[in-house]
Amino acid sequence: MWDYSDTVKEHFYNPRNAGPLPDANAIGEVGSISCGDALRLMLKVDPANETILDASFQTFGCGSAIASSSALTEIIKGKTLEQALEVSNQDIADFLGGLPPEKMHCSVMGREALQSAVANYRGEEWKDDHEEGALICKCFAVDAVMIEETIRANNLCSVEQVTNYTKAGGGCSSCHEGIEEILAKVLAERGEDFKPAPPPEKKVPGKLTTLERIRKIEQVIEKARPNLQRDHGDIELVDVDGKNIYVSMKGACAGCQMEAATLGGVQAQMVEALGELVKVIPVKATAKFAPNTLPA
Amino acid sequence: MSIPSPTPIYLDNNATTRCAPEAVAAMLPYFTEQFGNPSSMHSFGAKVGHAVKSARASLQKLLGAEYDSEIIYTAGGTEADNTAILSALKANPERKEIITTTVEHHAVLHLCDQLEKEGYTIHRLKVDGKGRLNLDEYAALLSDKVAVVSVMWANNETGTYFPVKQMAEMAHAAGILFHTDAVQAVGKIPLDLANSAIDMLSMSGHKLHAPKGIGALYLRRGARFRPLLRGGGQERGRRAGTENVPSIIGLGVAAELALERMELENTYVRALRDKLQAGILSAVPHAFATGDVDNRLPNTLNIAFEYVEGEAILMLLNKQGIAASSGSACTSGSLEPSHVMRAMGIPYTAAHGTIRFSLSHENTETEIDRVIAAVPPIIAQLRKLSPYWGENGPVTDPEKAFAPTYA
Repeated sequence: MWDYSDTVKEHFYNPRNAGPLPDANAIGEVGSISCGDALRLMLKVDPANETILDASFQTFGCGSAIASSSALTEIIKGKTLEQALEVSNQDIADFLGGLPPEKMHCSVMGREALQSAVANYRGEEWKDDHEEGALICKCFAVDAVMIEETIRANNLCSVEQVTNYTKAGGGCSSCHEGIEEILAKVLAERGEDFKPAPPPEKKVPGKLTTLERIRKIEQVIEKARPNLQRDHGDIELVDVDGKNIYVSMKGACAGCQMEAATLGGVQAQMVEALGELVKVIPVKATAKFAPNTLPA
Repeated sequence: MSIPSPTPIYLDNNATTRCAPEAVAAMLPYFTEQFGNPSSMHSFGAKVGHAVKSARASLQKLLGAEYDSEIIYTAGGTEADNTAILSALKANPERKEIITTTVEHHAVLHLCDQLEKEGYTIHRLKVDGKGRLNLDEYAALLSDKVAVVSVMWANNETGTYFPVKQMAEMAHAAGILFHTDAVQAVGKIPLDLANSAIDMLSMSGHKLHAPKGIGALYLRRGARFRPLLRGGGQERGRRAGTENVPSIIGLGVAAELALERMELENTYVRALRDKLQAGILSAVPHAFATGDVDNRLPNTLNIAFEYVEGEAILMLLNKQGIAASSGSACTSGSLEPSHVMRAMGIPYTAAHGTIRFSLSHENTETEIDRVIAAVPPIIAQLRKLSPYWGENGPVTDPEKAFAPTYA
């Protein structure tokens, strides 16, 4: 059973704004019955100021597809088209209290339906480069097509590089076999052989001074930040107390479903850098840093 | 997930069953007083050894096997499937082909996918719209290049039977080992393996009210075999590792109960299943039963509901305490609906909305009545949300009426 948040369940059991919107003047349709998800978004836009007066949806799909559609209509009502276009798929997921990684595409579909509806209103043609493959990395929701294209575009040749570019494989590491298979396939196209990395070396713990130790901890945190910032999140070092390293998760990272996976990854790097067992512990963000939460 | 408030109705017995209380009671002493290792040379071990022997005899009886030594305990159906196929390849290194079907369980299909990458040739027999095989296609593939045929006895999604006894005879005539994944069939129908040409058969305990984590591979006396796990001499050297004694005892009791209830399975359970099918199909338009409905397990019903998505149906059923399963892509987190539905050529408009109801003798007629009442409003509710559904039926030419920017 999927670990759906209560908000997802609530929006699935009692979808808001479901059904046709007779006087809609902007309609966006994405998905198809063959892929198991199809969403029609209907908007009533005030031509005077391009404000979305009303929004409704019809969706063929699973619980999270219906909940994402419902959430989307609630988020965009009252917004101007410009404001609405700034809504990201992460905003839809956040509104719902998070989505399982396998289900993030439901929020992507919501955003795409919105782009398509706005294009329809403006008499433009909306094209997307949407292609989705089998889910490889479940910790960070990265699919096969994304990995394959990134390997090709950047001439990657190792699992570590794939992790650095896509995050895939950076969590529990159980998808490394799948990533290696994709690497082998793409490398074969270039006429190269895939060479697996040697088993990870066990670092002999050297004695670090307190200052060296803190610097190393800071380096690991700094290294993790760009990846998190790309997803509108962040991490900050709060304190170090013996084996306990306290951090604060910011923005989209705060309360994110993947928080545990993210922390796990940071902890693994911390252990490697310090050559000792440490615990990375999240502490609640102070009010000053609290993200602008959407109504749940 | 929190337990829903209405009294739960469990109709997902092909996924797993409740362990029989009799089995649990019989197992308990083997965690405490009877903790001996059956291989040990003292009374602690000897007592346990006898109990294992008697459990093995119970399972032998259920399978209709000629000898009790034809049973090799495993951790379940998946291990039995893997052991059987890999053993056949090891025992026949010069043979590089395998015959199986497109609708096998993943325990066989994904192993075969991997073996294909390693250089083996896999022949996957196709099925027709009702999930039936073409035996001429099968006969044409039998050759001395084939190491093993692996064909399931009954399909887990639709319940459809394959003619495995006949297919085993055909394989034997061509000098090929025959394996069947009978995980869904064992305990529901008589097998009588002693009078068949089947060389290997996989079974799983938790599908017949035994605990999870125990199963068995039936290996016909004289069939060539190479172990998957080597180590101590347990299971006559064919599956090393200290026996999972409590589970073996539990499986023995469950096998006895299954034999006693087999009649019930084919009368009482079958009647409930038939009532459920008739009740739903008469109340819900644009729905049909999938598979070979005249030739399937007595407890299994798979219905395709057009223009709605299976996971959404399951969530609404679950809200009313009804547990079933779906072949929809979403429930598995994959992009494609069930490979079984795709293999039968079920159109996408229906494949995403397939629901499997799998019953057991523990279900009652009152429960079935409740499900028959619950399903039609759920389907109607979801169709109301669907862009493919109009006022009173599907929109004309749904693929055209809905014109997405991409598909």
